[in-house]
Amino acid sequence: MSAAQPPLDRPANHPEIRRLEPVIAPGHTYDSVTVKISDVVLRRPLGLGWLAGFTLAFTFLMVLTIAIAWLIIKGVGIWGINIPIGWGFAIVNFVWWIGIGHAGTLISAILFLLNQKWRTSINRFAEAMTLFAVACAGIFPLIHTGRPWMAYYMFPYPSTMGIWPQFRSPLIWDVFAVSTYGTVSLLFWFVGLIPDLATLRDRAPHKWQQFIFGGLAMGWRGSARHWHRYNSTYMLLAGLATPLVLSVHTVVSFDFSIAIVPGWHTTIFPPYFVAGAIYSGFAMVLTIAIPLRKAYGLEDFITMRHLENMAKVMLATGLIVAYGYFFEFFMAEYSGNKFDVFLVEQRLHGPYNHFYFALILCNILTPQLLWIEKVRRNVAALFVMSLIINLGMWLERFVIVVISLTRDFMPSAWGRYSATVWDYATFAGTLGLFTTLLFLFARALPAISIAEMRELIAHTSKEHE
Amino acid sequence: MEQRSQLYGLIGEFETVDQLLHAAEQVRDAGYKKMDAYAPFPVEGLSEALGLGRNLVPFITLCGGLAGGLGGFGFEYWVNVISYPMNIAGRPLNSWPAFIPVTFELTVLGASLCAVFGMIALNGLPRPHHPVFNVRRFAERASSDRFYISIEASDPKFHLAETARFLQSLHAQHVTEVQDD
Repeated sequence: MSAAQPPLDRPANHPEIRRLEPVIAPGHTYDSVTVKISDVVLRRPLGLGWLAGFTLAFTFLMVLTIAIAWLIIKGVGIWGINIPIGWGFAIVNFVWWIGIGHAGTLISAILFLLNQKWRTSINRFAEAMTLFAVACAGIFPLIHTGRPWMAYYMFPYPSTMGIWPQFRSPLIWDVFAVSTYGTVSLLFWFVGLIPDLATLRDRAPHKWQQFIFGGLAMGWRGSARHWHRYNSTYMLLAGLATPLVLSVHTVVSFDFSIAIVPGWHTTIFPPYFVAGAIYSGFAMVLTIAIPLRKAYGLEDFITMRHLENMAKVMLATGLIVAYGYFFEFFMAEYSGNKFDVFLVEQRLHGPYNHFYFALILCNILTPQLLWIEKVRRNVAALFVMSLIINLGMWLERFVIVVISLTRDFMPSAWGRYSATVWDYATFAGTLGLFTTLLFLFARALPAISIAEMRELIAHTSKEHE
Repeated sequence: MEQRSQLYGLIGEFETVDQLLHAAEQVRDAGYKKMDAYAPFPVEGLSEALGLGRNLVPFITLCGGLAGGLGGFGFEYWVNVISYPMNIAGRPLNSWPAFIPVTFELTVLGASLCAVFGMIALNGLPRPHHPVFNVRRFAERASSDRFYISIEASDPKFHLAETARFLQSLHAQHVTEVQDD
């Protein structure tokens, strides 16, 4: 057996061994990464592409404001929700958005702890994506309450009515999980930004830019004593964010699994929700990374290696999700619980079965193409694949929410659900909000961590010596 | 009233990480205490080279986490058992497993807030201005591609000419006086 193994000191360009692409193209120096990344923010004029994209995104954001304004005027009756389907699009979208955010934290925290160097050039905008996705997610439960101006009732504050929130309710857990997640993601993002804000301050050509970046950088001067504490903080935040990100989608899955509704009341929900969240999140990172690297010429920093690694993560988490789907079926049949068995039949033969088949196609069958190396290394194919998976994950939440609620225990409580134009408008509007924020982010802050890229250069130049 | 600017110290510039690390060790071994190094990214081994000990951030984070967790659980207990007891299907008022998610979230929240704001406070930030920014090259390059070591004038071993020579002997370029205005 050992005789068959190639010698360990094989040359890297051995014909049979595919060389790993570098995580940063060769020839870059501290100065060149600084200039290349910061100039996108400081010096590059607004292109026609950016303006066109921003205008389109902003139009959808306006659709969101109109949809919410009309909702506040008329009430949740403008949506397709009814009795028994009280959740509808609002909760489907909430779970979808919050899941998308998870990849950002996974990349910035978990891959950091695992010392995966390829995370460096994608963590900044993945974290930004997390924040914007959480912002979109947060809107839905808020407006779904029907009286969003009363939402503060969910926070424990000493009220004159002498009442407190019900801490045994998963919906209150949700409030704490999502607001903590949003806060910690913001802190993590900001801490990562501090050194880069100092760079922008020092390189800014205009006084107003110096003033804004200088204020945000708080006078960061790169002192070794500061870096010493900074590193501890960053490591601790990564360690804290890791269990946090797992807990958030676990708590979101509790919204379903603590209830006794057939199809929801299963123990597999927490892990399968977390895997699905990472799955959809990586798909969204690819959806953003591919146009971003193209538009700003960042192919040197976001290399094929990054795209391929992300494709592999999608393939792996997609398989976990497939395992989850399989065991939902298996456990329903194996338990012999007639309500659970009936729900499985409803997924296959009920009125919403086309959603279920589309979900299997998008989430399980299509991603198997990622086993093929040619597909993983084809940028256009990956982009299409990422959109398909995003759609598939949305369908998954639709199937979970709607099929279970329309087929409760008693036939007298059965119902149908169809979304109205306002449901679609609100959803499209949050896509607009998300994209608008991304467009602004790409021009207002460095989309790649400059300090970490310099660190990467210091490491790679040492390896070459 | 005119205020004469005072000497803050000396600063020297380095081009590579290895020069910086070597110089930091030499400065430490020479017995200087009030010195600092500056780098545009976290340099591995720089804390050790300067002889920096453990920092307080992990301890503050632990305190924040404990406060968040104990405070969170204590608050839920107080609300559900003492202030606003509600009988839900005959379950015990202190139904602690149901209190764990919020306890966990508040632990993470407390720890993270303390880690970040503790770090910022210990670093003495926000501090918009610092004497080293008076050095033009530093203000232009310290956050981009150069490394610096400064030695403060208030260090008992500091001697303007000798310290400058010492920095130059460590391959420091552009050794400059830093004025404190």
